[in-house]
Amino acid sequence: MTAAELIAYAAFEGGVFSQAFPAFGVERRGAPVQAFVRFSDEKIRLRSQIYEPDYIIVQDPTLIRDVDVFNGMSSGGIAIINTEKPDLDFRVPEGVKVYIIDATTIALEELGVPITNTTLMGAFAAATGEIGLEPLEHALRSRFSGSMADKNVRAAERAYTLIGGAA
Amino acid sequence: MALRVGCVAAPGRARDNKTGAWRVFKPVFDPETCNRCGMCALVCPEGCVYETEEGTFEPDLDYCKGCGICAEVCPKKSIQMEKEEK
Amino acid sequence: MLEFMEGSHAVAEIVKRCRPQVISAYPITPQTHIVEDLAQMVANCEIDAEYITVESEFSALSACLGASAAGSRVYSATTSQGLALMFEVCFNAAGMRLPIVMTIANRSLGAPLSIWNDQQDSISLRDSGWLQFYAEDNQETADLHMIAYRVCEDHDILLPSFVCFDGFILTHTFEPVALPTQEEVDAYLPAFNPYQRLDAANPLSFGMYATPEYYMEFRYEIDRALQRANKAFVKAGREFGEQFGRDYSGLVEGYRLDDADTALIAMGSICGTVKDAVDEMRERGRKVGLLKIRAYRPFPAQEIVDALKGVSTVAVLDKNISLGNGGAVGTEVKAALYGSGISVYDYIIALGGRDVRKKDIVAVVDLAEKGEGDLFYGLRTEVL
Repeated sequence: MTAAELIAYAAFEGGVFSQAFPAFGVERRGAPVQAFVRFSDEKIRLRSQIYEPDYIIVQDPTLIRDVDVFNGMSSGGIAIINTEKPDLDFRVPEGVKVYIIDATTIALEELGVPITNTTLMGAFAAATGEIGLEPLEHALRSRFSGSMADKNVRAAERAYTLIGGAA
Repeated sequence: MALRVGCVAAPGRARDNKTGAWRVFKPVFDPETCNRCGMCALVCPEGCVYETEEGTFEPDLDYCKGCGICAEVCPKKSIQMEKEEK
Repeated sequence: MLEFMEGSHAVAEIVKRCRPQVISAYPITPQTHIVEDLAQMVANCEIDAEYITVESEFSALSACLGASAAGSRVYSATTSQGLALMFEVCFNAAGMRLPIVMTIANRSLGAPLSIWNDQQDSISLRDSGWLQFYAEDNQETADLHMIAYRVCEDHDILLPSFVCFDGFILTHTFEPVALPTQEEVDAYLPAFNPYQRLDAANPLSFGMYATPEYYMEFRYEIDRALQRANKAFVKAGREFGEQFGRDYSGLVEGYRLDDADTALIAMGSICGTVKDAVDEMRERGRKVGLLKIRAYRPFPAQEIVDALKGVSTVAVLDKNISLGNGGAVGTEVKAALYGSGISVYDYIIALGGRDVRKKDIVAVVDLAEKGEGDLFYGLRTEVL
């Protein structure tokens, strides 16, 4: 949920309307959850969950075994998957571009904890072009303070550069 | 009487409500046989049995409802319930 | 200025600016973030209020009741089972004519236990004498709190109110909200001026005993005050619009109803999804509109009749079920439209957090136009 909130906040800072909400249920860190983000040039009224995403972020690769994470995606979609195994085997729908990133390792190196929200946010920004680095950093600095802000910005920027090189 | 918003009213006091008029029988205390144990004052539901200067007990007939519990508990049978003329 | 924030936080921020003097609440999902934020604000001396911690919702509203009778502006928030536990105190607060404002983070009622959204909780208190307002988004939620205090504290009204917003769907959603500054709120909402209050020097008892000669007249007076709240809300909503540019002068609000053949009626966050679905149906040439009910109590029967002139079919979306008799809103809409010749169909929908999509709204319109209604929409018959 934090990743969704931060992405939506950064998009809002970038000048569009945005909305972020969890697939409500278990509210403890680490439990398998879904969260959703919408961007629009107009005020967002729709409240339903998202069934046909343009983009997906998979924070935990073990979910791919149990859940069809690509469900509802169509050609032109972008998927960002956090995994340490670049040769992970999964079936990708036609026309969906997949970016693999080892966000857990980056988060461990930069933050010292395996919390991948901000790293994946950087990857999302680079892969989709939906949010710029500046609003992204602004969002992180308003959510975190002091050295935690610096660390999270570094993690996001590392992922941004890594994916930006591949995009 | 016009209704007041919220059914609000100045609170009443038990002291203003002289329940003695409810009584049919009144307790008559006999200080000669009283052993001053005070049970009558203790059990009175109205709290209207008081101790006299002599250490014996009397009811406040403004409030006594004539329930007779004092007469019932008195170990010396010093309290008699007598019908009141009205 | 728009800021990006969680719905619950927007509520806490606006409540802070309404300057409550006493807050008492008991945390319960999905209301928790509101009272956590407020407790923090009181601890940080950002609000000059007493935060009374209690052991139950019954006590929370009882504390609010006492504080309101003592002449304070008070605030509480709850949901679901918590509101159910307040049942008795709700009736007392209304009968004692205490202008308490309480946020309801709408949630279903057990059993079975469900933390997810529908509107069963506040709907079940519809006969309690509380005003009930339902918000479509977090902006409206925040704004309705200011309007609620204005209406409730009016000496012609003197009743408590629920400001209802859908649990999780709004409470936990981050979206842009424009919050008025403290100065702007102060200009709209003057300090609380109690009509009468507890005072040790001039003792009063609230909600005294009423014998059969008086009880009915007290109930009549509460009902009349609720009827007057109708006009008071329109006035407070119009003045809000004049000051802030967001108009709330309608107890109901029409969306693309002008030439509509079929009208949907709904309350709360589902209205946003309905509006998007209406736009799509309009693009395909279907004459469909929405009538949003903002104030469920007092029930805007006349406003509904006026808004639906020219409509032939009405589909009511009920996020509640009056067990044994269909949806509560549908039942009341049917009563309001009795004799009008309009066909009214009721749909029980989205109970216990079942998601609603635009295609569901289209399906409901299809059903209504075929004359099929008064049913649970979207039942998973395979598990029955």
